[in-house]
Amino acid sequence: MRQWYMIALVGKDRAGIVAQITEALLGAGATLGETSMMRLGCNFTIMMMVGMDGDESKLCRVVEPVAKQLDLHFHVDEIEPGLHQHQTPDLRITVYGADRPGIVAQVTSVLAESEVNITDLDSQVGGDQEKPIYILMIEALSDRDVEEIEDALNRSTDGVNFRIEEIDTLIG
Amino acid sequence: MKIITYPEDILKQSCDPVTKFDQEFQDFVAELESFMRSQPGGIGIAAPQVGRMQRLCIVDLTGMTRGKKKKPVPNQGRLILVNPEITKWEGFELGREGCMSVPDYTGNVIRATRIELTAFDEFGNSHNYESEGYEARAIQHEADHLDGLLFLDRLVSRKTDLFKRKQK
Ligand SMILES: [Zn+2]
Repeated sequence: MRQWYMIALVGKDRAGIVAQITEALLGAGATLGETSMMRLGCNFTIMMMVGMDGDESKLCRVVEPVAKQLDLHFHVDEIEPGLHQHQTPDLRITVYGADRPGIVAQVTSVLAESEVNITDLDSQVGGDQEKPIYILMIEALSDRDVEEIEDALNRSTDGVNFRIEEIDTLIG
Repeated sequence: MKIITYPEDILKQSCDPVTKFDQEFQDFVAELESFMRSQPGGIGIAAPQVGRMQRLCIVDLTGMTRGKKKKPVPNQGRLILVNPEITKWEGFELGREGCMSVPDYTGNVIRATRIELTAFDEFGNSHNYESEGYEARAIQHEADHLDGLLFLDRLVSRKTDLFKRKQK
């Protein structure tokens, strides 16, 4: 029976990681669902939905040799696939400021209190080494008004700049 | 009538110009329009989306609103666009699009902010139009269908933001 798993892989970035992992999975008869793969710092990170006939240990036996060869750590969990039920975000929130501990925690706590449901978040550290800056890009869903969320962010965060835009999706 | 969804081949094919503005064609336009209005969203449709490979699309943003404040969207009402030709593009903006022919996926697409176009109506009369903003986006999306182009052909990264672009 087709079972779905989430595989997480992390390791120092090098050429060919995605190709080698996905080829090994293909060779074992697995299929990919949605994935997110990106470089964070000098690390390459992979989160991917994998569908396969067989249990977790079978999947681990497929991934292990490649992961070992590429020096990647990995983790596998059985999941519900839940494909074909995307939520369309209606807010885009950009936050940036001088890097300091707590930006993400502060901003996302305020968002959670404002009943903003994050569908996508990524953050990067930019600027130079002495004066790093932190940039957060968020897509989210909420029934609240933008002004309400802005007020909440204004009250509870300082030293960060943010902008909230509504996303209207045209279906044509 | 039924919406044809990608990966059906015909959505990637170019449509033929309309040459006969007869009763049969007008009936089809009427049917397509009421079909469009019955769909969720229902602000635009192109003939190939129901399998008719002719250069016809319909756009009508009447009653459409944007955002949580439900701001009305400026529009010029019902536009029957037969053999449309966009003749002028001005400005560009990023916006989120989806398509009845591509269920369960939305993505960012850059479109011209203002356009000028010529098109015939269902009776064969020629018209010139100017359009901007959301309506112009809808027209560009629908007109693309007539050339076998989907918004998938124009996707830009989820992380693309005009804010970033302007900094360059
Ligand atoms: Zn479409």
